[in-house]
Amino acid sequence: MQRFAALLDGLLLTPSRNGKLVLIADYLRDTPDPDRGWALAALTGAVDFPAVKAGTVRSLMAERVDPVLWALSRDFVGDTAETASLLWPEPATPPTGPSPTLGEIVTALGSTTRSAAPGLLASLLDQLDTAGRYALIKFATGALRIGISARLAKVAFAQAFSVAVDEVEEYWHGQHPPYGPLFQWATGAAPPPRTDLLPLFRPFMLAHPLEDQAISLADYVAEWKWDGIRVQLVHVNGETRVYSRGGDEISASFPEIAAALPFPAVLDGELLVRGNQQGGEAGGAASFNALQQRLGRKTVSKAMLAEAPAFVRLYDVLIDEGEDLRGEPWTTRRGRLEALIPRLDPARFDLSETIAATDMDSLAAIRAGARDAAIEGVMLKHRASPYVAGRRSGLWYKWKREPLLVDCVLMYAQRGSGKRSSFYSDFTFGCWDGDPDAGAELLPVGKAYFGFTDEELKWLDRHVRQHTVAKFGPVRETDKSLVFEVAFDSVHASKRHKSGVAMRFPRINRIRQDKPAHEADRLDALLSMVT
Amino acid sequence: MAGCFTWIKAEPMGIRIVPADAWIDPSRAVERALVTHGHADHARGGHGQTIATPATLAIMGVRYGVAEGTVPADYHEPIILGGGVSATFLPAGHVLGSAQILLEYAGERVIVTGDYKRSPDPTCLPFAVTPCDLFITEATFGLPVFRHPPIADEIARLLAARAANPERCVLVGAYALGKAQRVIAELRAASWHEPIYLHGAMETMCRLYEEQGVQLGDLRSAAGVPKTELAGAIVICPPSALNDRWSRRLPDPLTAMASGWMRVRQRARQRGVKLPLVISDHADWDELTQTIAEVNPAETWITHGREEALLRWCELHQRRARALALSGYEDEDD
Ligand SMILES: [Zn+2]
Ligand SMILES: [Zn+2]
Repeated sequence: MQRFAALLDGLLLTPSRNGKLVLIADYLRDTPDPDRGWALAALTGAVDFPAVKAGTVRSLMAERVDPVLWALSRDFVGDTAETASLLWPEPATPPTGPSPTLGEIVTALGSTTRSAAPGLLASLLDQLDTAGRYALIKFATGALRIGISARLAKVAFAQAFSVAVDEVEEYWHGQHPPYGPLFQWATGAAPPPRTDLLPLFRPFMLAHPLEDQAISLADYVAEWKWDGIRVQLVHVNGETRVYSRGGDEISASFPEIAAALPFPAVLDGELLVRGNQQGGEAGGAASFNALQQRLGRKTVSKAMLAEAPAFVRLYDVLIDEGEDLRGEPWTTRRGRLEALIPRLDPARFDLSETIAATDMDSLAAIRAGARDAAIEGVMLKHRASPYVAGRRSGLWYKWKREPLLVDCVLMYAQRGSGKRSSFYSDFTFGCWDGDPDAGAELLPVGKAYFGFTDEELKWLDRHVRQHTVAKFGPVRETDKSLVFEVAFDSVHASKRHKSGVAMRFPRINRIRQDKPAHEADRLDALLSMVT
Repeated sequence: MAGCFTWIKAEPMGIRIVPADAWIDPSRAVERALVTHGHADHARGGHGQTIATPATLAIMGVRYGVAEGTVPADYHEPIILGGGVSATFLPAGHVLGSAQILLEYAGERVIVTGDYKRSPDPTCLPFAVTPCDLFITEATFGLPVFRHPPIADEIARLLAARAANPERCVLVGAYALGKAQRVIAELRAASWHEPIYLHGAMETMCRLYEEQGVQLGDLRSAAGVPKTELAGAIVICPPSALNDRWSRRLPDPLTAMASGWMRVRQRARQRGVKLPLVISDHADWDELTQTIAEVNPAETWITHGREEALLRWCELHQRRARALALSGYEDEDD
């Protein structure tokens, strides 16, 4: 208990996140089981003794301290547990022998009753010093409140034993305090706890951006990087769950997907919507907007299911019929994935095709030619790569397409939301519909609200205020004197927009104070880039 | 007799001895002042006449430039103040030169404690328990949550932290008058004989203590000392310098603070202290209550701190007591 007490005091007096991580990691490494597991449970808010309540402590103190002196002390100290720890009368005969361990305390508190709890707590308090009493009360009432998040505790656990935090997250599921199997795995004493029978999200394997690494396509396979929602499908015990990037379950928003995986497996893929909006070929992958509209819905209407049916383009298989394939090389997993495809409904699943390219130059040419709305770039996966959580260097790379650029003129600005609500930070910009010197007009072609720095935002806000020609509610129309270089991923024909085009993922790349508005691009320039 | 004490008045600026036309620890300049000790909330310059122990007068000379009109009062030697009042300075155990003042008038005995403590301190004489009718006590730590541990335990923690961080230095925040010297003397008593490095604000007072016969060992100025030499060293600075630019010259200092307030975590946290050392030059709750019981006065006046709790204790123990509201008594030291 003394060690746990010292940990709590250390955490209280250490403001920095790194300092806290070191303290927790040292504690977890140096403390025996089961104490460290119980401490971890306390830090992550997983300790609860129904027989002990905050009121238990208050009534114990009421029997020992004058109520006026208690109230004055509590006011000054500001924390009931600390006040009680300071005011607890030292027992007439000082405790002999070692103070109780966390494990012993858990055993005692866990098996006590509501009526026996005060007496038990009192006898434990008698065996501890001030810091120990403070820690005991915090622990027993389950209210640490020392500003440690569960995530921070897990990161510290990973640091303590040099394991990946994503693996900690995975194996944590289904474990209970004091987490014996988790510590056994982390210390190398046992294989990881089995999780294949749990409907768990496994953290995604991610890619590093490709910079100037030399890549040989003999070692790496190329695959399109699709621009939908990365999902993981987990089928266990007759039920399928769909998880998005952060491990959030989105099964309810995509019931047709959840219903379509009929056998136990964990699959990795890209969730896309079928359709031909925004230039996608009929039956191909369609607009990201359509996906966004479905995401976040608790229920999905029949009309929506019909209008924007979702499907998953499969990248990988992690677990197949209970067999964990993550340690296998990509080629093996790919073979297993291809073998699964015939068992799946083609309306709901297809295979993310690999790209046949002999070398990087031909791949670059293929990549440059690809303007499908749903293609974000190219993935390069090492053929021998196991499936590991997070970004591991040398295994997977993403090779995004170069952004397209166009010079546009600022037309309207609107206030942002949240901490930007006092700034004009949402910008609508346009291109000329002809020769500006021959009376052409600006037509709005897109909207962007990022791409600039905070400094630039302040400058833009001032520009908008000083160049306002009209106000429409929260929107200001500017004098159309400022040019933006706008970067975007692709542009598509759109009947909904007056300009006839819609940009995908536009952002302010540069503010072109140097460029006169009449030299901004014309709509023709954008139309020539439509895919 | 007891219960009258009309010749002693508690006024906002201090305690007035009416028949002698003198004040104890007045917060403004007066014609005649009796000063319990050198802390700024008790001592100030500008009085016509200053009556204090020789050590306190030496401190006031250095700190407030007091040179004129000084009247040294030796411990246990009564001084006739006039108007039928005599005053005797008695050791208070707070800092070097600190005194309780025993006033006698018309058969009534009144003690003004100034600041005091009961735990041993190698830098000053221990508190002398003296019977009286009216006991005017300080109450800086007048809450039952304040129990100061034995100083040897805290010094051991300080030395352990130093030993565990050989690349760093331990920077101890301690008030320049009293606390710093006590920490140094206790370190010496714990066999720490390495040089101890001082912030400039500490040097004068340490020198004065040594002149007054308190041995502090090898003290050095921290100014201009290379970081490598300070690795593994103990450095003492005023609390205000703990987290300011001055401490950047030190090798990754582990900040400690020696104060009775360190007993409460939030206080330590607010100060940004990593190693709170519960070391106080004031009586803790147990000492305050034990002292009242031992002195056993007919009446107790409580001032200078958290009066309500001590007042409550007196009430619970059937002791006549009242709280005074004196101004200007913000602890300089704790
Ligand atoms: Zn003082
Ligand atoms: Zn004082």
